[in-house]
Amino acid sequence: MTVNYMETIRRRYEQLGYTPYRWYVADDAPPWQALDKPLSQARLGLLSTSGAYAVGQRAYHYKDDTSIRAIPSATPPADIRFSHITENYLVDAKRDPETIFPLDTLRELRDEGVIGELADEVYSCMGGVYSQRRVREETAPAVLAACQRQRIDCALLVAM
Amino acid sequence: MCHQTVCLVARHLEAHGIPTLALGAARDILEAGRPPRAAFVDYPLGHTAGKPFDRADQRSVIAGALRGFDTIGDPGGLVVLPNQWGDDAWRTEATSTEARDTRQPRDETPQWQLPADREAARAAGLEV
Repeated sequence: MTVNYMETIRRRYEQLGYTPYRWYVADDAPPWQALDKPLSQARLGLLSTSGAYAVGQRAYHYKDDTSIRAIPSATPPADIRFSHITENYLVDAKRDPETIFPLDTLRELRDEGVIGELADEVYSCMGGVYSQRRVREETAPAVLAACQRQRIDCALLVAM
Repeated sequence: MCHQTVCLVARHLEAHGIPTLALGAARDILEAGRPPRAAFVDYPLGHTAGKPFDRADQRSVIAGALRGFDTIGDPGGLVVLPNQWGDDAWRTEATSTEARDTRQPRDETPQWQLPADREAARAAGLEV
């Protein structure tokens, strides 16, 4: 059966005596921008919320770190590291980054023509930020500005 | 939380003219956050891009998700990927409501995966 994470986490925190977390629940229809070309001709961007960083970059910190990292899309998996408040989900990713950060997989799909192009750099953030306001006001605009600089046609966002 | 962040960022990018596809493994958080396009893979958290050391599965998950750009025609559409994890033991842990907090302390200093990463950042000219 599909795991209900919101309910599970609510009950876990309740037993710990924590204030219930107020999850984001959209009360409006999502915005929509049609992709006006086939994926095989599109330039694709990537955002991973896994806390990935490349060797030579600063690691993330755990408390509401809203910063992003620009990772050159030619970076080999051996140079990908992670820091994230829920390190427990990263045991496998630290051995094979592709399980959460599909950079090599996307390079393959590009080389085979499934994707037209891959952006020169892809992005990561530490998605475990509790403040929705800070995600909206800090992370989201930073990702948008970076994606605009990359002139991408569309973006894949991979949640951890 | 990561899924929530993805939903918020996807909506922001899309509102500013960039088509997005959010790939996630927590279906309920995706459905609550309603990104413009979503793909759900029923895998344990931390494996959204496919099984470790299984390139065929990783390709299938990512290519399957990307097809959502062609197949999702309405805002809020979600495709369920056919990939199966196989062993269901992880679900017991994931649905346990035992009073446990597996998160790291909320530090505000960089948390390096390897001590050598700090040296590499320093060598690259960062103040760490």
